[in-house]
Formats: sequence, C-alpha cells, structure tokens
Amino acid sequence: MTARPLRGRLERYGPPLLAGAALLAAWEYLPPLFGVSKLLIPRASAVAAALWVEIERGLIFDAFIVTLFEALAGFVIGSVTAIVSAALITRSRLVERALMPYLVGLQALPKVALAPLIIVWVGIGIESKVAIASIIAFFPVLINAIVGFSTVEAEKVELMRSLVASRWQEFRIVIFPNALPFIFAGLNVAIVFSITGALVGEFVGADRGLGNLLMQLNFGMDIAGMFSVLVVLALLGVALHALVRFAHRRLIFWAEPENIETNTP
Amino acid sequence: MTAGTPDPLIEVAGISKQFRTRSGDDVVALSEIALAIPVREFVTIVGPSGCGKSTLLRLIAGLVAPSTGRVRIAGAPVSGPRRDIGMVFQVPVLLPWRTVLKNVLVPAEVIGLERRAAAARAHELLELVGLGGFADKYPSELSGGMRQRVAIARALMHDPAILLMDEPFGALDAMSREAMNLELLRIWDASRKTIVLVTHSIEEAVFLADRVVVISARPGRVSDVVEVRLARPRTAKTRSEPEFVRIAERLRGHFEMVQAA
Repeated sequence: MTARPLRGRLERYGPPLLAGAALLAAWEYLPPLFGVSKLLIPRASAVAAALWVEIERGLIFDAFIVTLFEALAGFVIGSVTAIVSAALITRSRLVERALMPYLVGLQALPKVALAPLIIVWVGIGIESKVAIASIIAFFPVLINAIVGFSTVEAEKVELMRSLVASRWQEFRIVIFPNALPFIFAGLNVAIVFSITGALVGEFVGADRGLGNLLMQLNFGMDIAGMFSVLVVLALLGVALHALVRFAHRRLIFWAEPENIETNTP
Repeated sequence: MTAGTPDPLIEVAGISKQFRTRSGDDVVALSEIALAIPVREFVTIVGPSGCGKSTLLRLIAGLVAPSTGRVRIAGAPVSGPRRDIGMVFQVPVLLPWRTVLKNVLVPAEVIGLERRAAAARAHELLELVGLGGFADKYPSELSGGMRQRVAIARALMHDPAILLMDEPFGALDAMSREAMNLELLRIWDASRKTIVLVTHSIEEAVFLADRVVVISARPGRVSDVVEVRLARPRTAKTRSEPEFVRIAERLRGHFEMVQAA
C-alpha cells in the first residue's frame, strides 16, 4: 500500500530535483572548465556564501520585505482598480467602444518608461514604487477583465433578465464570476509585472529594496552578492506567482483551461 | 381569435413581429398570431425551424416586444419580463461555478426570498425532478438530461404560475428525451402549472399536450390547432394509441405541405 504513493512522489518530484541538482553542478564546475573567470560568473557555492553574508548583515531581509511590500501593494491596488474600471467601462457599449482603442494603445506603451516621471512626482520613498507597480499591473488585468465582462453567453443574461434582476445582481451573480478565468489570466501576468515595476522603480531612485541593494552591490563590483540578490528575487517571483495560482485553483476549479486566453503585453 | 375559456391566463392577440436583418431587410417572423391559454393547460407549439416559435415564447415572457398586437397575462398587458413566469431554455444555462442547489436558488436570490424557506423548497424541487442526492454536485458532474432537470427545478423555484419551455429536450438523445417527457408530465401534474412548450418534434408535441398549436414558416402563422384528448396519465403506451397516431399524422401533413411549397 505504501509503495505506490512513494513511487508516485518519486515520479513527480524526482525529475525536477535531479534537473536542479544537475544545473547547480553545471553552474559550479562548468565555467572554470571553459576558462570563464569566477569574477564574472561566481560559483554556486560562492553565491550561497555571499547570500549567507547578506543575510548576516541583515540588509537583504529588509530589502526583501520592502520589495515584497511594494510589489504586493502595487499588484493589489492595480488589479482592484483595473477590475472596477473594467466593470464601469463595460456597463456601456458606447464607452467601451470609445475607450478600447486607446486602452489597447496604452497597453503597447512600455509602462516602465513612466518610472522616472513617477519618481519625480511621488518621490524616492516606497510610495513611488507602489505607484509604478500598480500602473504596470493595471493594464493586463484591465484588458482581460474587459474581455471577460463582455464575453458572457447571451442565454445567461437572458435568464437574469427573465427574473427581472437588477444590473448589480446580473453583474454579481453572472457576469463577474463568469469573467474570473479571464481576470486570473490577467492577474498571472500582473503579479510578475508588479515585481518588475517595483524593481525598476528602485533602480531609478530608491534608498531601500532589492533593486537598490542590487545597484549598491553593482557599484561595489560584488558579483557574487548580485547573484545572491537575483536568487532572492527569483524566490520572490515564484512565491507571489504561487500565491496567485493557489487562488486561481480555489476559485476557478470549474473552468475549462482551453477557453481562457492570456493577454501578455 | 381562438375560442377558449372565458378567462384565459395567457392571451396573445394579433401579434406580429418583424426583425430588421443586418443587411437592412425586414423579416416578418410572426404574423397575426392569436392564442388563448387557460390556467393549467399544457400547450405545445410545433413548427419547422425558423418559424418564429421561440420568438413567440420570448414575446409571452416579455423578453421581446411585439411589433403589433399585445400579450396579456391574467388580464394585464405584458410590458417586460415578469416574475410569474419560469423559463427553460434550449440549453440548461447553469452557472458552472455554483453547485446544483445554488443554481436552483438563483431565482430566490434575485427575488430575495427568505433563505431557509428557499433552501428547503430547492431541496423539495430537486426531489421532484429526481435529483435528490445531487444538491452538492457541480453541473460538470451531471449528464445532459440531469442538467436540464436542474434547469426545470430552477424555473419552478419562485413558484411561477407559468412555465415557458423552449425546446428543452432538443439536445437530448431519443431515450432520455422520452424519459424526460414522462418526467415533465409528472412534474406538471404535481406542480399545477400552465405550460407552453416549443418543440420541433411532432411526437413530443402530441405526447405532452392538451392542445398542439402548429405554426407555419415565414411568416409564422397559426396554421392549425389540435385538441389532444388522450387519457392522462400518459405512459409509454400512449404513443401507440390510434388517436396519438392520427393526430401525429395530421400534424405531419402540415410539414410535408411546407416542404412541398
């Protein structure tokens, strides 16, 4: 009886663990073999040691918390604003038709280009990073939510109309839950974007956060230290993405994955 | 106008409906339809596809406004959707994120019925449609016939006087369809509703109805009204009774004429 679950677990976790170990080994031993200086690509063990140093100095934890907060706050503010805006825009066909070309156009503008401007407007504190992250998270959620709110089966709306439902009831009972798969496709993109937004904001002007720490280590030519920040950033990304996926699975267990389109600008 | 009982529950008087197509042409979907349906009657409307029979149902439901003429329910003109009507569509239109019970409760939620009484009634209705043990399942776990039963239970939730059904069993296979016909008659008997059911199956129309209304195609006109005096409760054997066969033949005659034209 116990053999099968154990085997299942091996089959599930075995390959990625092995691949990870192989990658780490390659990182550790391959660059020296090809004569690449360990100043440019420090060994995995050196990066681990540098990470430990950063942890002991206590700076990286503080930086991690700051960037996590900026990204998460930006994600929440940007997404909620986007969902509310999409709901208001799709209330009227006319408004939707009037605004859609500009929204799609704005979608194409690389929003990180706004970072310097926002630092000038809001300052170099955490607020400016939250602002940049929310602007970047806003658009993918907005566009997906608009598509989601407008692609509801006519019969579902007719059912609500036949019951003399109010527009709010129609939205709450049918349109909003119906749009959740689309909204989550946007949120999946937005969560990663919001980390990028926070980081770029920190590059442009900040006194705290992982981006700021990365710049400091860069000035000091501490390549191993920079690598250790990248590791922390990767963990941050994976953790936040897992959070969205967890919510996704809990909320949209009912949807068929093939009819969800991802909107990646 | 069709001679009915003095006080029909549903009265359709001189209804015409035109649609404008995208290319700008006017299409007459229904022309001069008159019908009077008394309380508790089971009326089926049969016609070829595109004859406007679904439109007629939507006109009665107040979902579509007629171009000319008027629909009255219990004497009052219909000016929009109303809550004394339960609708069953061609597809079940269930909300996949809600359990069966929560789907049945949608009308209660919209209308604002008291929660506990509504939940008790929803359970009773699920028993009635033969889905007693399925309250906590999701629609994706049910077969097509079971989903349509949920839709019927939902249509009965707010205890409407009238049930309007638009080809409710059209998507089912022949076996489930006959089973659902028997089920529907049982539900009709137990719930004491007035039912108007649109179908393109002659057999189904005769089997269910007190009266079959035949609508011709383009423009949709009432071309025949047939009283069905088959004994109730009807069973699988009803279909082989001479009267059943005779009425089915008569109805089939209308469609052969349509095809020849």
